[in-house]
Amino acid sequence: MKNNELEIKDELQEKSLFEGSLGRRSFLQFAGASAAGMALVAAGCKKDRNFPAMNGTTLDFKDDFGVLNYAYALEQLEAAFYIKVASAPPSSFTTAQKAYFQDIQFHEVAHREFFKNALSTAAIGSLEVDFSSIDFTSATSVLGAAMAFEDLGVAAYNGAGVRIKTDAYLVLAGKIVSVEARHAAYVRDIISNGSFADLNSMTALGANNAGGLDGALTPDKVLAIAGKYIKTKINVINL
Amino acid sequence: MNIVNILEEIEKVDGEIYERLSPRRSAMKDFYSMGKKIALAAAPLALGSMFTKAYGQTLPTAVVNTLNFALSLEYLEYHFYNHALLGTDVTFAYPTAAAKAAITTIRDHELAHVNLLKGALAGAARPEITYAMTDFTAGGTFGDVYQNYLTFLKVALGFEDTGVRAYKGQATVLKGNAVLTTALQIHSVEARHASHIRQMLAAAGASIKPWISLGAGGIANDTGVPQVDPVYAGEGLDVQAGVTITGINGQTGVTKAAAVESFDEPLDTASVVTIANLFLRTGSKL
Repeated sequence: MKNNELEIKDELQEKSLFEGSLGRRSFLQFAGASAAGMALVAAGCKKDRNFPAMNGTTLDFKDDFGVLNYAYALEQLEAAFYIKVASAPPSSFTTAQKAYFQDIQFHEVAHREFFKNALSTAAIGSLEVDFSSIDFTSATSVLGAAMAFEDLGVAAYNGAGVRIKTDAYLVLAGKIVSVEARHAAYVRDIISNGSFADLNSMTALGANNAGGLDGALTPDKVLAIAGKYIKTKINVINL
Repeated sequence: MNIVNILEEIEKVDGEIYERLSPRRSAMKDFYSMGKKIALAAAPLALGSMFTKAYGQTLPTAVVNTLNFALSLEYLEYHFYNHALLGTDVTFAYPTAAAKAAITTIRDHELAHVNLLKGALAGAARPEITYAMTDFTAGGTFGDVYQNYLTFLKVALGFEDTGVRAYKGQATVLKGNAVLTTALQIHSVEARHASHIRQMLAAAGASIKPWISLGAGGIANDTGVPQVDPVYAGEGLDVQAGVTITGINGQTGVTKAAAVESFDEPLDTASVVTIANLFLRTGSKL
């Protein structure tokens, strides 16, 4: 029974792959099956095309709405984190740090609400977060989490840009990602002054110090990392 | 790095991508043979080399122009910082070792960007911009740029915030192209630089945030340096894609300043060229 199911799944996935767009077909013809297979592995393509979600939230990357909802999900996560920090900052935070974390809170709230309004009826619902791994009384824990969120957010926008088909949305993503990068640099400098763009410490996010390049990750990889902070099941299709 | 997707996307702007790649199949083979041996981190560079080989010197003109434009700005930034570290006429002292280390980090990134862009453009790369072609006093506007640490930081911030806006302004030209990802990766590094320079200015006594806020009296320039007004033209925007951000959905905490801080604005090519030309000598202007 199990084997049968697996076989059917494989068959469907293969079918879907070869019935994909003209671009992919000609690419496969050109590159040959083995190279294509490798490319798919390298790209981390986990196809879920034929198995839509039964519960949770679905991000459908077939069009720009999928990318915008992906951004909306990440901004929900960031906003929830900073709202919690700003409501009761670690006692060792300085007055200036408290003020800037409040600034960041409102930036993330602005991003979240912007996506909600821009997506309108196409918007996904509210995500349930899980911050049980963060000690909100500890500056070290809060700063570490803030750095992780900001660096990941930058890598997420950088990696998703190439998927965006509409000029206005691409520019909007660009308008937001540089603000996230400013946050990231600020938080990093609190943790260790001068680490604002320590690209060597971000190679897992796709950064490359030799090229002076920041992180860039595909959505599947970003969601795998962000998953520990999100209770709501997020299903990804058409990636 | 979703290579399949990238190729699909490129096909949209360059329908002959597969034909281009085909006669140079060895370039693709080289790329794939690296397979999983290369760390993900190395992918952008490997990808850059693949496209250089695949396209040879026939990158689409619009992409070449944009990359050369970016290369010009990176040359300017590199020389600006490199001279601040090595120039014999530099008389200001860095207040801390950390300050000098930060400028060194930024200089190294700008050089990396120069080399990366030169590599991607190969034979189509613009001629080198040397230090001799530059004038970082901008014809005397910042006459003590290498004698006064504060002036140096103010000009540095002008470069970084301009750089962030310039890359953002070119995004649509690169839309769907593999080089967009690389450009975005440079763009956010410039934003990290800008954030740090702003913190260095604050440490030196300036009233400035790590992010671009609303200036005094509601003007777009939040640096208090009127000479750099063109760098911040249009930054005071609080309506995005028709959505008013100030007080959005009853969020009273999202003030006009917070709304302005939340979104960095792009700058068009002509405006960036005007700014860059302030720092290039006659005969070397863009």
